[in-house]
Amino acid sequence: MKQPALSFIDVSFSKGDLHIIKNISGEITAGNITAFIGPSGAGKSTLFRLINQLTTKTTGEIIFNSQSIDTFNPMTLRKKVGVVLQEAVMIPGTVYDNLRLPRQLEGRDLPLTEAKDFLRKVGLEEKFLHTKAKELSGGQKQKVSIARTLVNEPEILLMDEITSSLDQVSAQAIESLITSFNHDERQTILWITHNIDQAKRLSDETWVLIDGECLYQGPTADLYNATDKHVRDFLEGGDGP
Amino acid sequence: MTYFTLSLTLLFVLIPLILAHVLKLNIEKDIIIATSRSIVQLLLVGYLLQFIFDQNDPLFMILMVGLIIFAATHNARKKGVNIKGITWKLILTYTTIEILTQSILIGLNITPATPQYVIPISGMVVGNAMVLSILFLNRLTDEVEDKQSQIELILSLGGSPKQAIHRQLITSIKASTVPTIETQKTMGLVQLPGMMSGQIIAGADPIQAVQFQLLILFILLTTAIITSVMLGYLSYPALFTEKMQLNDNLK
Ligand SMILES: Nc1ncnc2c1ncn2[C@@H]1O[C@H](COP(=O)(O)OP(=O)(O)O)[C@@H](O)[C@H]1O
Ligand SMILES: [Mg+2]
Repeated sequence: MKQPALSFIDVSFSKGDLHIIKNISGEITAGNITAFIGPSGAGKSTLFRLINQLTTKTTGEIIFNSQSIDTFNPMTLRKKVGVVLQEAVMIPGTVYDNLRLPRQLEGRDLPLTEAKDFLRKVGLEEKFLHTKAKELSGGQKQKVSIARTLVNEPEILLMDEITSSLDQVSAQAIESLITSFNHDERQTILWITHNIDQAKRLSDETWVLIDGECLYQGPTADLYNATDKHVRDFLEGGDGP
Repeated sequence: MTYFTLSLTLLFVLIPLILAHVLKLNIEKDIIIATSRSIVQLLLVGYLLQFIFDQNDPLFMILMVGLIIFAATHNARKKGVNIKGITWKLILTYTTIEILTQSILIGLNITPATPQYVIPISGMVVGNAMVLSILFLNRLTDEVEDKQSQIELILSLGGSPKQAIHRQLITSIKASTVPTIETQKTMGLVQLPGMMSGQIIAGADPIQAVQFQLLILFILLTTAIITSVMLGYLSYPALFTEKMQLNDNLK
């Protein structure tokens, strides 16, 4: 059997008296899109930060490439586990400046031709290469942000509500981009969304996080067979209270 | 000047007091505190300097310089309390610029190694460095708070803490040294520098006073840059954890 892309063993994170992630265990299948859904404040973003070490878990183990993430140099780990955030933060400068950033951090550079390839991959015309990043629309920024993360060729992609601030057309463009990327390259993707329909459209498996606990974990197709009361309430209530 | 004439100058304090009272500015208490503190502090320093000059012992001179560095550190550290080890980082920075300045001045025979020269110059150099480090620490804290998402972006792409904070560090170094450079541009046009005015009032030859002032200006320029660069590179690691995360107490 194929080894999982990521395993969580009893992972918790607390801040002071606040228990933000509570004893989460489970495995992420390689090559799948796994959706993380749950009400806002459930701990989804925090879980992502634990995976790429932007925050350190309090207890438990996260296993990546059959090694505890604690044994990695954080810089190496973060190149292998790429993250794309909702805000699509841009560094000052052009689209090209943003795309070459990951390479520059390694003391290398991204040739123009390669930069164009990355833009094409996310469905942006190459004429945008020299556009100031702050002049882009929300959807375009998000595509640049995805391309920028892809420059590191991560083994796992973490997407945190990347379509939440976009209009429907841009959101759908990005959705189809990600699905085709997942199909073509068997890229493992973890996808946070508060949009249950999006999770159903995109994902092979779903984890439901509520109040720091993972209350459902399994095929997205079986989501509506979940027995847990909180999960059922969440699924019926849409985005929740 | 006698103490009698000096007490007459208190008239200059009376005017703002009356104005503040009439206009209900509500700053009377601050004026009184400021006046009393400056009288007490300056007189103390005056007697202390007199004592040190009379001793003619380099040990007292060094102690006085140490006191200046200590006082400057005490003042500036409040702005950097969330930077671990800020106290010794400030002490190290101030000591470095003090040693550098005095080695050049004394080493090249520009000024003699007597308390009359060493102490006031140290006061100016370390005082300027203190103002600069406060500006620098304020700016760096603001920049990090403001640009937290950019810093975390670079970290999340696999950048080192130094790469992640490079832009904010440079901005803060620049911002803190700009006032020193800007003041030098208008020097002499609007106001005569305090030290030069003092020398001229005390009867020194204006050209000699100018030469001395220029020397001080160039020293301040050098020490300004060294202070913020040194403090910057000493402090930025404390903004990150050993796991290369932005320190939580800064958020
Ligand atoms: N560094 C932190 N300090 C204190 N509380 C935090 C911190 N990070 C997250 N939280 C809290 O943890 C909870 C989960 O947040 P988050 O992971 O952003 O949820 P989600 O992404 O599911 O909306 C929230 O209540 C949030 O306020
Ligand atoms: Mg979130």
